Amino acid sequence: MSDLYLLRHRQTQGLNQLKTYIAEGGFDTWKKVVTKLKPEEVTQQVKDSGLRGRGGAGFPTGTKWSFLPNNIWPHYVVANADESEPGTFKDREILEMNPYQFLEGLMIASYAVQSHDSYIYFRGEFAQIATRFNERLAELTAQGLLGDKLFGTDYALRLHAHLGAGAYICGEETALLESIEGRLGQPRLRPPFPAVVGLFDKPTVINNVETLTNLPIILGKGVSYFRSQGTEKSPGTKIFCLSGRVKNPGNYELPLGTTFRELIFKHGGGILNDAKIKAIMPAGASSSLIPATDTALDTPMDYESVPALGAQLGSASVIILDETVNISDLVNSTVHFFKHESCGKCTPCREGTYWMAHITDRIVRGEASKADIDLLKAVAGQMQNKCFCALGEFSISAVLSGIQQFRADFEARVEK
Amino acid sequence: MDKLINLKIDGRDVSVPAGTLVVDAAKLAGITIPVFCYHPKLEPVGMCRMCLVDIGRPAVDRATGQPMLNDDGTPKITFGPKLETACTTPVSEGMVVWGATEKVMAARKDVLEFLLTSHPLDCPVCDKGGECPLQNQTMAFGPGESRFLFDEKNHLEKHVPLGDLIYLDRERCIQCARCVRFSDQLAGDPVIGFYDRGRQLEIVTYSEPGFDSIFSGNTTDICPVGALTTVDFRFGARPWEMSSSSSICTHCSVGCNISYSVRREAKSKGRCVVKRVLPRQNEAVNEIWICDKGRFGYHYAENPERITQPLIRKDGKFVPASWEEAIKLVSSSFKAAGKKLVTLASGNLANEDLFALKQFSASLEGKAFHLPGMGGAEWTTRLGLTPGSNLGALGKGNAVLVFASDLHEEAPIWWLRLKAAAERGAMVIVAAARQTRLDKYASYTLRYEYGQEEKALKELIAGKSEAAKAFASAADAVIFYGSDGLDVQGSAAVAGLCAELLVKTDHFGRPNNGLVAVWPSANDQGAAELGWQPSADLVKDLTESVASYICAADPAGISAELAAALQQSGFVVVQDFFMTETARLANVILPAAAVMEREGTLVSAERRVQRFYAAVKPLGESKADYEIVTAIAAAMELKGFPASAAEIFAAIAASEPAFSGLSHEKLAQSEKQWPITGRPDAYFSGTVVENKDGLGVTLILSTTKGGSPTQVKLPELPKVEKGAWLAVPVTRLYDHGAALRGADSMQNRIGNRGLSLHPSDASKLGVKAGDTINLSLGNQELTTEVEVDPGQPQGVVLVRRSMGLSVSAPVEITLRVPAAAESEIR
Repeated sequence: MSDLYLLRHRQTQGLNQLKTYIAEGGFDTWKKVVTKLKPEEVTQQVKDSGLRGRGGAGFPTGTKWSFLPNNIWPHYVVANADESEPGTFKDREILEMNPYQFLEGLMIASYAVQSHDSYIYFRGEFAQIATRFNERLAELTAQGLLGDKLFGTDYALRLHAHLGAGAYICGEETALLESIEGRLGQPRLRPPFPAVVGLFDKPTVINNVETLTNLPIILGKGVSYFRSQGTEKSPGTKIFCLSGRVKNPGNYELPLGTTFRELIFKHGGGILNDAKIKAIMPAGASSSLIPATDTALDTPMDYESVPALGAQLGSASVIILDETVNISDLVNSTVHFFKHESCGKCTPCREGTYWMAHITDRIVRGEASKADIDLLKAVAGQMQNKCFCALGEFSISAVLSGIQQFRADFEARVEK
Repeated sequence: MDKLINLKIDGRDVSVPAGTLVVDAAKLAGITIPVFCYHPKLEPVGMCRMCLVDIGRPAVDRATGQPMLNDDGTPKITFGPKLETACTTPVSEGMVVWGATEKVMAARKDVLEFLLTSHPLDCPVCDKGGECPLQNQTMAFGPGESRFLFDEKNHLEKHVPLGDLIYLDRERCIQCARCVRFSDQLAGDPVIGFYDRGRQLEIVTYSEPGFDSIFSGNTTDICPVGALTTVDFRFGARPWEMSSSSSICTHCSVGCNISYSVRREAKSKGRCVVKRVLPRQNEAVNEIWICDKGRFGYHYAENPERITQPLIRKDGKFVPASWEEAIKLVSSSFKAAGKKLVTLASGNLANEDLFALKQFSASLEGKAFHLPGMGGAEWTTRLGLTPGSNLGALGKGNAVLVFASDLHEEAPIWWLRLKAAAERGAMVIVAAARQTRLDKYASYTLRYEYGQEEKALKELIAGKSEAAKAFASAADAVIFYGSDGLDVQGSAAVAGLCAELLVKTDHFGRPNNGLVAVWPSANDQGAAELGWQPSADLVKDLTESVASYICAADPAGISAELAAALQQSGFVVVQDFFMTETARLANVILPAAAVMEREGTLVSAERRVQRFYAAVKPLGESKADYEIVTAIAAAMELKGFPASAAEIFAAIAASEPAFSGLSHEKLAQSEKQWPITGRPDAYFSGTVVENKDGLGVTLILSTTKGGSPTQVKLPELPKVEKGAWLAVPVTRLYDHGAALRGADSMQNRIGNRGLSLHPSDASKLGVKAGDTINLSLGNQELTTEVEVDPGQPQGVVLVRRSMGLSVSAPVEITLRVPAAAESEIR
């Protein structure tokens, strides 16, 4: 079995206790980074590792860090712990069971861009986790791992836990910044980008929890070790969140490039009641639906290969649907999610998600006509490429791909 | 000079300065790109998605960095995969913008269809109908029918009061955020905001009272739908039933350009009446804004207490009379008085009135005096602002000193303009005895004690402090001086020292340099420019007069001494709107027409002379002041009194060097302004009225007014006995003055808190905000309510002018808290 980089608590008991984490070599890498490496060297290693953002966009992490201008200070790093995509539960496991590796990663990222105050943005529903984190941060400070003059150097770092209040949109990086600044969680206009004008108008890096948790491995065990799993262009491991109509839903840390088939049937135990698999949503509710053909099942799960199927790997929240699922029910669920979470800033998403929800409600209640399916498609198409941020754009993925690939399911629900 | 960028919009060649947004570039070229959330005076947000256009840029070879060309040698233009919002995209060289394509038209139709899904079908009952950007854009770009099911429409609260002045209809709101952004960014009043999210996103107010901002009315102009309406005008009339008439607001000396919307109606017995006030665009004065006092303070003209017929005192009572009878009586008593006629005028009169009155007094060799609320006029005519001045041009490297004036209360639009100047980098120095709302934007806040104004100014003149040095080294500098805590002599002393500071630092005689008085009345500057001066001893002059002619002034309301002096005058003629304290002592009252009932000109404190026009007929038998003067002159067979306002102004231009070369015609000239306003552009700038009736002209400095006026000494503060209090006069925007009479929606905001105490003084007295308190002033016993202000100094009572307490100078008073038992006995 391949090495785990992230869910190491499954191999080592009690890793969420600081003394156990330290006993297992924890924070040795942090000390090495602060005392022996220059910030540019850290960034270069991360670039060399080919690590890509694990929050959904898959953007090269080292490249993102290098966008921060070195003539505007201070710099900030924000860890995006607003995990709210339906079907995504990987960050939660890290935060609860391997929190110190995440923190060490956040600290390494802070050093690389020379941030002295970094933030962790927790979704509001993680209130208990956040409270526990305040205790963890106090522990680290007491141990001299956070604070002023770390390890006798001039570098100082403080971490701040910030709690959201229950809005999916605050996982969008600029809405997240607005939320930290105490304003309504609505995305900001870009340009300017957060790398230049971010938190409190200063250059900011926003990274996903899983992304940051990879850093102690890269800086500690080295680039080659990190690249020993995964593919050339998508190196490393990924935590795949498997859910839906499978026997063994859950988090599975596997090398990038593992096929859907392996994830679903080898690790996931196959479909419930051995029913026939119907469709895959690889990126949670924001996905397009991929019909579960053999081609699809044999596609490697990495950032390059999945787009050939008309979808994105995203956060690798793989939701499996089988023949017992009428896709119109599924689409009704996703549409209601986006309607509920729409921030309301832009006209197409605010009005469009509301409208789509009404149409899908009528379809699943059997009160719709055939024309309503085309209306749903039209409304979704009308929103496309007009929205202010990705929420609106992604809210139509399941709708359009659902009607395109599984129209029969919709037609079964409407009057003839 | 800004670099010019060349681009093509809808096939048209356009050249605009670098940094211009595509939506503005199109507007300048006469092309409409529809918007909702964008407003040219606010930061763009790109929210509504209405302005989506197809933007192409010259392609550049990634490898060589060279522009790519088509086969025919023209630059290859690459269009983005998505449409872009014109309001957030600045122009770039060689850009090609298409708004008139099928793709863009489809996008506009889609966005409108979305907006109309839950927008209620209120048009028949919605105030905005007829001047509604949503209506107009739906007609231009929208779908004819909606595919949305009526029963699925989202419902939200309608008629939500946001405070006393504004109603919000949440169903109509299209969440464009213009109102929130205006209040936050422009007005500095973060009192409204968004609440909840998605389709439930709604406007709420955070302040108590709700929408606590003196600029709240402006949001009803810029709201692109009928979501924000004023309580004042709501359901008043349809836009197409009203006509516009240009005028100038007379509630302070800024001289905001306004427009009265008037309509002939049955319930006014066929009379044309004013239905509402809208701002008129004048980028050099008020831009496109007015404050709520100006917006809602027009009802006084229709107030039932208005005197509409000449009144003659007979047997101790006022009896209505005809103009013939009244003029006959007045002219015969004035003839008898001859040189012993005292004429008293205020800054509430127009230039034409003031000129005619002066001429009248001169022809009888009588005495004519200005009754200003403030001193220092002689300094402003010599060191005031000159042509080319525009507060909107102040920025980095410039300075503004605001001395003894709370601009937010005394001249709101200047507060707005100076805030903007500070945000552009201008250095604002606020010198006052108490905290005011401009402090937040000031680079320096200088605090002095009441009575120490001279010391504070002398320090600035000495030039040693940081603030003084900064002021001295500014490229352009303006001083605004007021009368906070000062009487007429006090403000005159302050003006003289401000003048000394300007002369010493060489900040006068060129644009955006000079002295501005924050006059309480609209035309005190005009009176000063026309040579009116205050009396050295008005009590003596009135006592010794055989007849007095009091126009638009209320000396009896200022002090008991003046009231007594007036009673000594043989024959008192009062020309005014209402039964003031002075009018009660009159022998004859002549009804004057209000500003919207006549024409004329006024000079703002920035020395801009502007025209106003009649919107409605004078109420009852009232007449314009200059008409009354002319009629009296005619009855006395005096020659050389022109009949029309235009002719009087021509006489002013002929005789007063500051006005030379000007005429009513010249004052009626306008030019194109930015942003573009007017009915078809209501979607762009709001319902602000396009200015086609005159931008006004700044007066030149009069060469005959050379030399230095006498510097006046600051009066000593009165001695205050133990147990008594020092009271000083301050100005409050919402007061009991005539301007807001009858403005029902404003009554709660005006309130009855005539004096203000520091919290520790209030608790020593055992009172809190809103409690009743008695004060003894000389031998007057007065009652009012208490306000509490932590920003004012301890040990001083701030008495608000025009709240029924006649304190016009620092004075000693005693305060008593009425005990509950006492009031029972009474």
